[in-house]
Amino acid sequence: MIDAYLLIDFGSTYTKLTLVDVVNEAIIATAKAITTVETNIMDGFNKAYENLCAKFDTKEVRIIKKLACSSAAGGLKMITIGLVPELTVEASKRAALGAGARVLKTYSFELTNAEIQEILNAKVDIILLSGGTDGGNSKTILHNARKIAEHIKHIPIIVAGNKCCYDEIKEIFDEASVNYVFTENVMPRLNVLNVVPVREKIREIFMKNIIKSKGMDEANNYIDGILMPTPAAVLKAGEILSQGTSKQNGIGDLIIVDIGGATTDVHSLADGHPTKAGINLKGLQEPFAKRTVEGDLGMRYSALALYEASGEKLIKEYIDVPDIETRCAYLHDHIDYVPQDDTDVAFDEALAKVATRLALNRHAGYLEIAYTPLGDIFNQYGKDLLETKYLIGTGGVIVHSKHPEAILKEGLYSPSEPTILKPKDPIIKIDYEYILSAMGLLAFDLPDCALNIMKRYIVEI
Amino acid sequence: MNSNGKTVVIGVIGADVHAVGNKIIEHVLTSEGFNVVNVGVMSSQEDFINAAIETNADAILVSSLYGHAELDCQGFREKCNEAGLTNILLYIGGNIVVGKQDFAEVEERFKKMGFNRVYAPGVRIEEGIKDLKKDLGLV
Repeated sequence: MIDAYLLIDFGSTYTKLTLVDVVNEAIIATAKAITTVETNIMDGFNKAYENLCAKFDTKEVRIIKKLACSSAAGGLKMITIGLVPELTVEASKRAALGAGARVLKTYSFELTNAEIQEILNAKVDIILLSGGTDGGNSKTILHNARKIAEHIKHIPIIVAGNKCCYDEIKEIFDEASVNYVFTENVMPRLNVLNVVPVREKIREIFMKNIIKSKGMDEANNYIDGILMPTPAAVLKAGEILSQGTSKQNGIGDLIIVDIGGATTDVHSLADGHPTKAGINLKGLQEPFAKRTVEGDLGMRYSALALYEASGEKLIKEYIDVPDIETRCAYLHDHIDYVPQDDTDVAFDEALAKVATRLALNRHAGYLEIAYTPLGDIFNQYGKDLLETKYLIGTGGVIVHSKHPEAILKEGLYSPSEPTILKPKDPIIKIDYEYILSAMGLLAFDLPDCALNIMKRYIVEI
Repeated sequence: MNSNGKTVVIGVIGADVHAVGNKIIEHVLTSEGFNVVNVGVMSSQEDFINAAIETNADAILVSSLYGHAELDCQGFREKCNEAGLTNILLYIGGNIVVGKQDFAEVEERFKKMGFNRVYAPGVRIEEGIKDLKKDLGLV
């Protein structure tokens, strides 16, 4: 009898199952089926489970635990509120993205009634309220707390701003029976980023409240826990793979590119400090585990947005077909379209190349050259990823491609854009078995097992 | 030294990389009980102003050592007003202009730009702190 963990990803399109032999640290089988959130989430799960059972001897395997992550029903929708756009607004956005949320919009300065109405209309799952360093500005966060207390009762609020206002905010929220929690300031001092406490609170609320509201109650009864949103599981996997566990080392700095139908996610696990001497680091501190999401770069739902973001000229660099716009529009309208011929495949790969290139351009830091009386001086904004050791690809188009390295190479440093600090010569690896989110879940219980499996299954080309 | 409850934003404006004086100013202000928010060298007006908003600063102390302060500081007071920092104290010091100029004229030009205090080359930070404490009602 083999002891196994069943790891489940309730994705927006597919429910994906990964069955892991936790003793021999091996993948027993994987399977998927369409996610059925409109009817009953368990229909899709059962279908996937049936597919899974066909792939192994059910008498030989005992499932000892079932863990899940979810991005079904639109994922975890958040808005964040801060004070100055470049500071606490950006800090709170980074914290929410790192927790796997979809950040629909960010708000700065004092909220207006129209903005409150917009927030109510957006039907978000969690609101993150920040603003002010500890001991800094209190006027704005107090104003915003009062506005929230007046109009928004039912949405969970996480307060992560100037701690000196917490007593007063508590009074305001208690009096209005607002559903809220406090955590540490997301930017306690100027340009110092403190995302981990916020990430943890988001995960707690996700586990407690969000599951119910997404019609996933029944799934929650059957499995041992829906632990986190899917992107947070991928980031967790990246953290373990990069940093290792208490017992063994990880593989070092890495970047994960995940090209989906609606978005392209980039995760970097790296400090991103300057790799050359004499560079002046500017702006808000970067999180070690950083996630960015490009909502306008995707293979299907966002194909048309990709066309608009990149322009026809850029796509033409990769594929020369006459009907680029028509094809993008078709893909946008047919999100379950599977390539039918060689041109379709080549077109998908061209879109994936554009998505990789643009997503990495936006994720990586950049240099700004200042011509001073003392000569050329370089300012660095964001992360320097030039020397990052590994570039890992995941997502359908990469996993199924015959030339995944050609897609990922579009994310490398380019002499034609020398100020963008993308990796120069990383080792390229592919998540062929599509296990990253599953390993992020497994890492919660068995980090060493997850690390060993990733080292074994996520391979160099 | 105990905190005196006042927050000051310091930094070196423009394309100016003189870092040593900036560290000395931070050290002395801190030892005098100020909460110092240092935006560092090569800082834009926006860097100073954003920091002052988030930290609810009482004063902004601008350093410039390379002679281009007059260009770098144009519109600084107006931007502070626009950002809601209406009564914030603005000081400037260092080598703020080039050439041999009558400092009284220089001071007048910077005061017209909205700076509350303007310091000639060679003035020690201790002098500035005396003024700062007076202007903030600490003495």
